[in-house]
Amino acid sequence: MAGVTEFPFLSVLTLAPLVGALVVAFLPRTNPELAKRVAFGWSLAVLALSVAMWVAFQTGGERFQFRESYPWIPSWGVSFTFAADGIALVMLMLIAVLVPVVILASWKDADALKRSVPVYFALLLALEGTMIGVFAAADIFLFYVFFEVMLVPMYFLIGSYGGHQRQYAAVKFFLYSLVGGLFMLAAVIGLWVVGGQTFDWQALTQIDMSTGTERWLFLGFFIAFAIKAPFFPFHTWLPDSGAAAPAGSAALLVGVMDKVGTFGILRYCLPLFPEASKWFAPYALALALIGIIYAALLAVGQNDLKRLVSYTSIAHFGFIGVGIFAFTTQAGTGAVLYMLNHGLATGLLFLVVGMLVARRGSALVSDFGGVGKLMPILAGVFFFAGLASLALPGTAPFVSEFLVLLGTYPVNKPVAVIATLGVILAAAYVLWMVQRTTQGTLNPALAEHEGMRRDITLREKVVVAPLIALILLLGFYPKPVTDVINPAVQATMQDVGKTDPAPTAVTTEAAK
Amino acid sequence: MTEIGLPPINYGAITPMLILFGASCVGVFVEAFVPKAQRHLVQLVLSLGAITAALVTVVWQADTRTVTAGGAIAIDGPTLFLQGAILVLGVVSILLIGERSLERGGPFVAQAAIVVGSDADRNQTVRQPGATDIYPLSLFALTGMLLFVAANDLLTMFIGLEVLSLPLYLMCALARRRRLLSQEAALKYFMLGAYASAFFLFGLALVYGFTAGTPSGSGDNGGGVDFATIAAAVRNSEVSPALLYAGIALIAVGLLFKAAAAPFHVWTPDVYQGAPTPVTGFMAACTKVAAFGALLRVLHVAFGGASWAYTPVLGAVAALTMLVGAVLAVTQTDIKRLLAYSSVANAGYLLVGALAVNKQGLASTMFYLVAYGFTVLAGFAVVTLVRDADGEATHLSRWAGLGRRSPLFAGVFTFILLAFAGIPVTSGFTSKFAVFGAASGAGHTWLVVVGVLSSMILAFPYLRVVVMMWLSEPGESTPSVLVPGGLTAAALTIGVAATLVLGVAPESLLDLTNRAAEFVP
Repeated sequence: MAGVTEFPFLSVLTLAPLVGALVVAFLPRTNPELAKRVAFGWSLAVLALSVAMWVAFQTGGERFQFRESYPWIPSWGVSFTFAADGIALVMLMLIAVLVPVVILASWKDADALKRSVPVYFALLLALEGTMIGVFAAADIFLFYVFFEVMLVPMYFLIGSYGGHQRQYAAVKFFLYSLVGGLFMLAAVIGLWVVGGQTFDWQALTQIDMSTGTERWLFLGFFIAFAIKAPFFPFHTWLPDSGAAAPAGSAALLVGVMDKVGTFGILRYCLPLFPEASKWFAPYALALALIGIIYAALLAVGQNDLKRLVSYTSIAHFGFIGVGIFAFTTQAGTGAVLYMLNHGLATGLLFLVVGMLVARRGSALVSDFGGVGKLMPILAGVFFFAGLASLALPGTAPFVSEFLVLLGTYPVNKPVAVIATLGVILAAAYVLWMVQRTTQGTLNPALAEHEGMRRDITLREKVVVAPLIALILLLGFYPKPVTDVINPAVQATMQDVGKTDPAPTAVTTEAAK
Repeated sequence: MTEIGLPPINYGAITPMLILFGASCVGVFVEAFVPKAQRHLVQLVLSLGAITAALVTVVWQADTRTVTAGGAIAIDGPTLFLQGAILVLGVVSILLIGERSLERGGPFVAQAAIVVGSDADRNQTVRQPGATDIYPLSLFALTGMLLFVAANDLLTMFIGLEVLSLPLYLMCALARRRRLLSQEAALKYFMLGAYASAFFLFGLALVYGFTAGTPSGSGDNGGGVDFATIAAAVRNSEVSPALLYAGIALIAVGLLFKAAAAPFHVWTPDVYQGAPTPVTGFMAACTKVAAFGALLRVLHVAFGGASWAYTPVLGAVAALTMLVGAVLAVTQTDIKRLLAYSSVANAGYLLVGALAVNKQGLASTMFYLVAYGFTVLAGFAVVTLVRDADGEATHLSRWAGLGRRSPLFAGVFTFILLAFAGIPVTSGFTSKFAVFGAASGAGHTWLVVVGVLSSMILAFPYLRVVVMMWLSEPGESTPSVLVPGGLTAAALTIGVAATLVLGVAPESLLDLTNRAAEFVP
């Protein structure tokens, strides 16, 4: 552990975007281009640093790396402690990749509104910083702080820069998340008292508590994460927020922020409350399965593209939930991989939908039709994003979905079988959506829109290219990522005290 | 009967009170002898100087731990900390009270006795500068508060209560605009306050009766109302505790009234709305510190031995206070009433901390008092800035689109509202964490759960204001936000800075409260 690993990656990565947000916010309103460029450059710098961190991460090394700790509030045992395991590392990379893409995709979003452009990009950077903080924190208090503060920039992104019904959506988003957060606060305080007034994750995994206490504390955390993720029946805020948020923010909301929920379950619920996790697992699996089927059915029936994509996400989160609560390394690895791939695929889908909506001025499926005749390339990208979303073999989500099902089947056949139904429904809602919007006869109303004749622009190509490349790359060769995820998931499963069923293992070292 | 002599008094220990009392008397003379044109400046400088001097003496004797004046006054960690808090918040309040650039003549009326609506009244509303007797009144109130938190027997505490209350009643009646509301507020506060004082006094008598019937009472007279005697009686008494319980209940009514806890809160919205806004801020910050300071001492020192008896009842009061404050805040359409109900809910959170009868509970409650005081003063400072031709525009619908008109103040107020809602990086979060942590540690988990539930409800009204300011379009009637004068700007800056600092780096204040959190026996 020498050389580059001693660089304080995590704290710098957390702070840098926040500083950038401050800088961008105070750039002159009269020069929006400058603000955009600075924000984009800043996010690229964060990406470069993240790549350096990825390289420095020692696969197969310690579970938590890049550990840093600075005292903060000694009276309460709170410290600025950062550390990343493989799961967090993957999520940090996802953030670092998505944010520059989203900034580029949102280049013109704020111009049309009569609101400050620099503030919009400052909010995006602030969101990036707080999201990185959530995944990098290894102190539960610090985690909670970022978990809550993260809401503020997103609230203003939806509320100030969103579309139809933005106020309603912003308030609903904030209140749902805050309610979850406050449940977690109660549990955090309880844990702090039970654990002898410390917030150190490692110390708290060692404490003994009574079964009753453990279950209550688990519930406090779980409700917060289930709202965040979101799992059925806590999901109703997501379609509203997803539909009202500007496309770029929606991509970050669904692609990254919601992953905090599933990440939190893996990092906090399972290792801190292993017995309770096992006890609640059947219920969590039931919620996940209901989510898969119910959200998929609702997605089929949507007429609003952004709401449709939001519902598909809820279904995908069901898969992630199944993967987590199956308690096998394989399914868990699949779930984490799904968190990454879903961020890429759904992020891409949201961004492409945003491009379509920006041209048409409407998100309703019925306002489109035969778009492929006007804009063959954009329609093609839309089709690809849809296929990735339904987990077609060859795209990255397929690998993760397959791993989840493969890992679940040996331990819980009914769950695996029901979840597979979701795969069929996914094909239904994606293909039908693509058919109604881009195929068939041209909707005559479309020809009247000037924008609909302009196919994908260079900027938009640059936006979609890295995502498409990553989806294909990870679809064919996921090993670099699974190698990073696998040990972390394995350690988590050991925390829960579950061993894998005999004849399965993704990689050889997983079998020890 | 022994001869009654003056007990030895440690004058050094009570200097802060003496300074303030002297300054308020001087203030009365200033009213009489200084020419009208210069009174405002002289009074302002005198008040700020006196409070600062008192603060310096408080800091100077930070290590004093003594009981003086024949056992009537205890100068110990909590006393000094709370006195310091009252004085610091008092300085900020005086800054708000002294502001005269927002409105011609300041927020106070020249002669509160003139009939509302008469020609003389119209004349004084637009032309005459406000009365400056608000300054000595504030100083008297502050003196009472200092005594209130230092009182070591129930009679001294009662005197402190009256000294702090009577000036407040008057101050409520001094609003320049909406004078009927202001007078109604004062009358309501006075009537209900008088009842509360009577309850307190009756409780005091019952507790005296309880100690008198106890063989272990101090000396031969068989009873007393000083806290040491009461505490000994609570521990050792063999008589029926009925008198004690009734006494605790009645004393608690008196104190909870001042603290604005449900069901003794009904005066709060009316008084907060009617009183001139700087006075409202003064009440919300300083009076709250004083009331809870006294309550803490009574609960910890005098009746600490009976905590198992009062905790369930006061716990229910705390839960009710949090829920009533939160639920009723949701329905408010006036910003001052909204903040009033929020203050009720905050009294509930404070009570949760106060009921954890241990060192941690004491320290966290004191932390909360300071943190909340700064935030609420900053909040009311912003309220004084949003104005139209008729004075402050307090109706919420008028705040729509304020974020477009003046992003800076809307941003500041948003930050304050987020602090009230307990979002991290503000003192609202750290202080809530402190009291809930203490309550959880003392085994009052159910109070934490109720507190969290009420926080969820309470987030909605705050968020509604944020939505109003930022996400709504400005209307025809959106008032302007005045550029604050130097005094308001200073008060606002101090309040917001404290809210941020106590949210980000609370360690030094936590450390201070931890060191101060020990009563002298």
